[in-house]
Amino acid sequence: MQRSNNDIWVGLFVLIGAAALLFLALQSANLLSLSFQKSYTVTARFDNIGGLKPQTAIKSAGVVVGRVDSITFDDKNFQASVTLSLQNRYSFPKDSSLKILTSGLLGEQYIGIEAGAEAKNLEQGDVITSTQSAVVLENLISQFLYSKAAEGSSQPASAPKK
Amino acid sequence: MSFWNPADVGFAVRSKLADLGQGARLFARLAGPGARSLGRFSLVRDQIHFLGNYSLAIIAISGLFVGFVLGLQGYYTLQRYGSADALGLLVALSLVRELGPVVAALLFAGRAGTSLTAEIGLMKAGEQLSAMEMMAVDPVQRILAPRFWAGVITMPLLAAVFSAVGIVGGYVVGVLMLGLDPGSFWSQMQGGVDVWKDVGNGVVKSIVFGFTVTFVALLQGFEAQPTPEGVSRATTRTVVVASLAVLGLDFLLTAMMFSI
Repeated sequence: MQRSNNDIWVGLFVLIGAAALLFLALQSANLLSLSFQKSYTVTARFDNIGGLKPQTAIKSAGVVVGRVDSITFDDKNFQASVTLSLQNRYSFPKDSSLKILTSGLLGEQYIGIEAGAEAKNLEQGDVITSTQSAVVLENLISQFLYSKAAEGSSQPASAPKK
Repeated sequence: MSFWNPADVGFAVRSKLADLGQGARLFARLAGPGARSLGRFSLVRDQIHFLGNYSLAIIAISGLFVGFVLGLQGYYTLQRYGSADALGLLVALSLVRELGPVVAALLFAGRAGTSLTAEIGLMKAGEQLSAMEMMAVDPVQRILAPRFWAGVITMPLLAAVFSAVGIVGGYVVGVLMLGLDPGSFWSQMQGGVDVWKDVGNGVVKSIVFGFTVTFVALLQGFEAQPTPEGVSRATTRTVVVASLAVLGLDFLLTAMMFSI
């Protein structure tokens, strides 16, 4: 096959295109850090997960230690069953507890994991039961209103407020 | 010619159907047996050089400016909600998912599609295609297929260049000019952009657009009236039809890819 002047330019063009793709995959989507870390999965039961989605971060002391794998509904005890995949290099005691938190006022929800005191560590397939559900704004408001109403009925309406 | 004469309506429908059939047959010939032209890669190579290298400048410069504008507009909007740090994510997602494939395809239709149509149309007007047929050389195999596959190969690369340059443009405006924190610019982007869902689907889109734009350009050239006026009309139609097809397909693809 005979060579021509175009070879080098076409090769250069394809290389530039491939470099752009590589840039998109590595720099903007961070391919490397996502797929080459080994992890173990544990399951947790929540009464209410709020707006949690798969791929949500799991943080301990603010550091990302894993991601949510999948979320399913368990119709035996009517709870949400959340599968978490935690990175292998971090281990947590068996009685660690989970909380669904929100970053900032309007930010994304994430799972906070607080280390317990037990000597044994969580292992593949374990179930975490000490969980705290997401805060649901409507419940919070209705609690607030009920407590206000209860306060109002126990005091005379004309009592001066502090 | 009236709308109410059944014979006219029937003829109009039949000729439209015939056009559609001609187009579908040409597409089948290009995509099926035409793939053999990849074996004669020197033909395809020269077309990639013509379609790709010469489009690179306009694609890169447009990408840079689209990135600049996205950075500015995104910054002013996000700043109102106190989340200017998410600028990197905004720029990257809009480029990788939508603007990269679509704007690159529109530019490609204008820059490369028109020249394909004009070239094929003039070959037809000058009876070069008929002459090849007389020599038992199939013009679809020898002329159209290499251009078709070159366009299909070139389009995703150009779209990737567009997106990558656009992200750099967003970085220049957001970080270097407006003074955002580079760490949060990149980390928000990396946290929100998924390799397969976002980047991968963008590439799939641009491959589909490559098929669409190149095929429309070749079909218009191949079916053009062999007159100067016919060639000019075909060139115009290439831009119109290819752009509309790209935008319509983009809606369909987006609805299919991101709704799940």
